[in-house]
Amino acid sequence: MMAGTENQQGFTPNEIMTIAASRALRGSDVCFVGIGAPSAACNVARLTHAPDITLIYESGTIGTAPDVLPLSIGDGELCETAVTTVSVPEMFRYWLQGGRISIGFLGAAQLDKFGNINTTVIGDYFHPKTRLPGGGGAPEIATSSREVYITMAQSKRGMVEKIDFFTSFGHGTGGDDRAKLGIDTKGPTLLITDLAIWKPDPVTKEFTVVSLHPGVTREKVQETCGWTVKFADRLEETPAPAALELKTLRDLKARTDAAHSGKAAPAANRGSKDG
Amino acid sequence: MAQFMPLSQAVAENLRNGDVAAFEGFTHLIPTAAAHEAIRQGFRDLTLVRMTPDVVYDQMIGMGMAKKVIFSYAGNPGVGLLRRMRDAIENAFPRGLETVEHSHAAMANAYEAGASGLPCAVLRGYVGAGLKAVNPDIRSVACPFTGEELAAVPAHRPDVAFIHAQKANRKGDVLIEGIVGVQKEVVLAARRAVVTVEEVVDDFKGLHPNLTILPSWTITAISVVPGGAHPSYTHGYYARDNASYIEWDEIAADRDRFRAWMQANVLDASPEDFAARVASLRAA
Repeated sequence: MMAGTENQQGFTPNEIMTIAASRALRGSDVCFVGIGAPSAACNVARLTHAPDITLIYESGTIGTAPDVLPLSIGDGELCETAVTTVSVPEMFRYWLQGGRISIGFLGAAQLDKFGNINTTVIGDYFHPKTRLPGGGGAPEIATSSREVYITMAQSKRGMVEKIDFFTSFGHGTGGDDRAKLGIDTKGPTLLITDLAIWKPDPVTKEFTVVSLHPGVTREKVQETCGWTVKFADRLEETPAPAALELKTLRDLKARTDAAHSGKAAPAANRGSKDG
Repeated sequence: MAQFMPLSQAVAENLRNGDVAAFEGFTHLIPTAAAHEAIRQGFRDLTLVRMTPDVVYDQMIGMGMAKKVIFSYAGNPGVGLLRRMRDAIENAFPRGLETVEHSHAAMANAYEAGASGLPCAVLRGYVGAGLKAVNPDIRSVACPFTGEELAAVPAHRPDVAFIHAQKANRKGDVLIEGIVGVQKEVVLAARRAVVTVEEVVDDFKGLHPNLTILPSWTITAISVVPGGAHPSYTHGYYARDNASYIEWDEIAADRDRFRAWMQANVLDASPEDFAARVASLRAA
């Protein structure tokens, strides 16, 4: 895969994905953070332009500021640096169902063009080809957060015409499907991949490429996507990572790798909100 | 009233073949030592309930102890899939495994309903989600006041709950702090509750009055097992052994390697071995 290969501009596709995703977050956001790619993006936002962002992990940690990316949604550092830690029933009842979350940030194993996500099974549910971990908090994050952002690296296996299982509901078959089901939140409003930024068409709700990352062609986006890609009439180019963004992300990854391989030395600024 | 006893006795007296058993812990405070004791004692036909079946349920399922698992996220958090559980689901090895799958919100609500003495939990959940079509336990009710359609799931009422906690006092009251997960709810929802603790202190004087305390009379048995959550962690005592979770992915990938690991580290081991496993993970 190309994920680890630095291009001529001095950053990898995964780095521009994380950084582009981080830019979508504001300091006023209350963000329910999925593990993996969303977690990296949310913490880069916190460590760069959005120091006041409230990051929430489903383990009950509210307003957390980890110095290294957690391996799990319940790593100790999330609790140690949080404003408060609540029980899991309280997390899902008061904070998510209660409407306190502005952005639910999800990753996906399989995604369709309407932002529906599958992280449950590949193949038939009762006779799966591959049993994936399942939804966890995602089914309700997708409907109770005011908006949903999705981030994933592009591949034909991951971005498919038809997902095998509706783990969490995006825009269904498009149009006003959410409203028809009585869902009053916006659902997926942004998709950030390693190649492009996508937004749903205002009417059909089909994800449409609005910005290509530096050096990426339309053909490249289509080659790694399982549906016929629509491009906006006015296609922008995603600004390349700024030096500070890139340094923040790389430092974070380096601290994380050291910590999780068991060779960690705790960083001096552990717990600092402004990094 | 909670009785202090060795873990082998606590497990033998409170777990039975065919039980609905919940070994709970949301990444933090996972009752690994209790699960390993259950594996050593060879219980069968268990229905295992847990929001996040991770390495310990992978081990119990891989040893053929479970006939059914009720869950909402079956992964090795941050690492990948549960390979022994997958082998059971995909290939019926070492035996077939029935699965009842929920979302986290529904599982947490179901424990809370169990603790509340209610028959079911009601939530705004599963809207547009595929689980409704494959899990007949997910139904709906209309709000009698607004008419809104809401999801309903049966309350969890396990026969026995196992949790790990920081400490007990001499009376047998138990303190839990940090990421508290659903442990209070599972203890209050279950018919019997077994708690392993890092240590016993004389009393809880001087602690914050709102800390999560389970009174002695809500608990059946307490066993002192320092390090008993490893490779999970105990807030204030030792850190999560992330390297072990990463290593588990390789161990569980191979049936023979799994079996050899279980023999050496579980079947031929004892609760006393946990203290040494966390020695290097304790704060300086």
